[in-house]
Amino acid sequence: MAGNTLSQIAAVTGLNLRNIPQRLATTLVALLGIAGVIVVLIGVLSIAEGFRSVLQHSGAPDIAIVLRDGSNDEMSSNLSLEQARLIADLPEVARDAQGPIVSAELYVVADIPRRSTGTAANVPLRGVSPSAARLREGFRIVAGRNFNPGTFEVIVGRGAASQFTGLEVGGTVKLGSTRWLVTGMFEDAGSIAQSEVWTDAKMVQGAFQRGASYQSMRVKLTSSKALGSLKDGLSADNRLGQKALSEREYFQELSKTMTTLINTVGTVIAVLMGLGAIFAALNTMYSAVSARSREIATLRALGFGTQPVIISVLVESLLIGLLGGLLGMAVAYFAFDGIQTSTMNFDTFSQVTFAFTVTPTLLLLALVYALALGLVGGSLPCFRAARLPITSGLREL
Amino acid sequence: MLKFLPLLWANLQRKKLRTWLTLASIMIAFVLFGMLQTLGDAMTGGAQVAGADRLMTTHKMSLILSMPQAYVNKVRAIPGVKVVCLHNWFGGMAKTPDGEELQIPAFAVDAASFVDTYPEFTLSATERRDFVNDRGTAIIGRALARQFGWKVGDVIPLRSAIWERSDGSKAWSLRIAGIFEANNPALYLHYEYFNEARKVGRDSIGWMVLRIADTQRAGPIGRSIDALFANSPTETKTATERAFAQDFANQLGDIGAIVAAVATAVFFTMLLVTANTMAEAVRERTSELGVLKTLGFSSRSVTVLVLCEALLLTLLGAVLGLALADVLALLLAVIRPDMFPPTGMPVQTFGSGVIIALTLGALAAVLPSIRAWNLRITDALRKV
Repeated sequence: MAGNTLSQIAAVTGLNLRNIPQRLATTLVALLGIAGVIVVLIGVLSIAEGFRSVLQHSGAPDIAIVLRDGSNDEMSSNLSLEQARLIADLPEVARDAQGPIVSAELYVVADIPRRSTGTAANVPLRGVSPSAARLREGFRIVAGRNFNPGTFEVIVGRGAASQFTGLEVGGTVKLGSTRWLVTGMFEDAGSIAQSEVWTDAKMVQGAFQRGASYQSMRVKLTSSKALGSLKDGLSADNRLGQKALSEREYFQELSKTMTTLINTVGTVIAVLMGLGAIFAALNTMYSAVSARSREIATLRALGFGTQPVIISVLVESLLIGLLGGLLGMAVAYFAFDGIQTSTMNFDTFSQVTFAFTVTPTLLLLALVYALALGLVGGSLPCFRAARLPITSGLREL
Repeated sequence: MLKFLPLLWANLQRKKLRTWLTLASIMIAFVLFGMLQTLGDAMTGGAQVAGADRLMTTHKMSLILSMPQAYVNKVRAIPGVKVVCLHNWFGGMAKTPDGEELQIPAFAVDAASFVDTYPEFTLSATERRDFVNDRGTAIIGRALARQFGWKVGDVIPLRSAIWERSDGSKAWSLRIAGIFEANNPALYLHYEYFNEARKVGRDSIGWMVLRIADTQRAGPIGRSIDALFANSPTETKTATERAFAQDFANQLGDIGAIVAAVATAVFFTMLLVTANTMAEAVRERTSELGVLKTLGFSSRSVTVLVLCEALLLTLLGAVLGLALADVLALLLAVIRPDMFPPTGMPVQTFGSGVIIALTLGALAAVLPSIRAWNLRITDALRKV
């Protein structure tokens, strides 16, 4: 019996698939509809993925960032030279032959035109101390050389160089009231630093009227366990009025608005488009069933069960979902993966550059979604096919 | 033409299920369109709030740098400038009723000139007087009041992420003097109070917003302001408020292009669905169209009937979809006042939506219309 049912399913499904050419237009509409949904779904979620990947590569567990107590980001923080010295002397700070591994930094934004549109964008300019590179494990110069401290020279992150004008190695860029020579380009394992322009902290203090003060301090801890005691030490010393966070905590906190925004918008778009695609798929499968009502009735009159008929409709619509999904996946992968872009991170008031990232998980998710769309699209029409009274089905033209 | 409406309607009713499904996908497309427009509008919202007669003067290098408070009086003296209001970013933080601490756009301003600079931020006469006369007060936008559950008369502890008071505390207590109705979820407090109490940075301001008498002279006035401070340690940049808002929106970068791409993909899919429905409808009714032609309908009127049917379908879907989007946008404004404006979907979306619907309907009807036009009576009637 089971073998009989299987062969019936195969026979009816084969019949369905063979007459697809007769209703090519409707089938293509459903297929392209699902493909369109998948392209958009992957496109939107790959932005979120790319953004997340930047944050994942930002921040090591044994690096702490010290901000003024009450500030949430570097831009609104403040740290005097004296405070910076006191912090460098704390026992939790790792040291080597050259002394404590810390970098007192300044973080400001400068107007630099975006390459694609020519409109001004807030590009982050970071003034760093000589040890800054030692605090970022992935840091390396990929073109040119590092800036010379005390001169109007900058190095640019790979992301920033790709998105904003005038950041080519060897060129000059106007930051504030002066022109700066771009001496090199750096990478930092895909972290958020790659969106930034770096120079000597002392030069930023001068150019942006910051006197001798800094805004934040990066500290290499003796071990990642030392963070707790650093936090306690800072809150106990009221000369400092500073607080410490792990670099990772800091970046997570500073991307909340953006991550929520992208995820909310992405989900809303995916759900709505999915609904639209379901309606298109339902339309297709209903017309597929009604176009074949006579054949189905004939089969039923010949003794085929309702089960094979139901399954055959479902198989067809799943197949449409599968093909649409695969098409959408291919288009999205080739159209989006790796495209560099940048946007404003509201929490830091500055630009973040990132790449659309189509991950295998994302592709799998999209495929499941495509199959689900196909399945729902076929689920109602298949019952209509099964319930069709034989006599009226045969009478239809 | 109107007398054929019942015929069009009857044709659409012929396969109810198909009509409803097509209508539903068109509707969804327009719901999405409406929502994307609302969101896009919210993100570039400043551009609408911006008044044509308002200019903004900032530090030439960056908005984050400050300028001397003395600049205000110098700008006020320039001919053609009606009123100047200084602004200073406050970096306000406050807790929602759920206990989550959020950043809110809070600005220290000169209250008396503020109410003249932004007359569209409507306050009652009492609220206005209270705000201007009491330095310990603040006014807030309706959306902010809703989000944090604040009422007029409440005393709120606003924390600043940037500014400390000279006594070392970070909490600034403010009494809410008024709530204004504008698409602007912000808080404004007195600069005088703020400036006297802050520990560092006294007598510096963030930027100035000024109103001018003649919008035609925005360019010359802006240039004379910037010329006034040229070659000083703090040079300025003056532009219309709209230009600043637009610059800020541009900071979002390619997001706008992505939204446009999504909308295009959605409408392309919808075009396919509608075109397919129309093609099927015409194919099924071949013999009926033949009968119409036999009765003396010209090729043109038969084609117009097909075209109108497609237009009716897309237009109906568009209107229903846009109406639904409007309701959803208002609903979302209550749930997420930080992301969606209280005004709901921008009104002009209805206009652009209807134009898109008509275009798509016409495109979808192209092939079926040609078929109806070329249909020969003998062929049509031969078909069963």
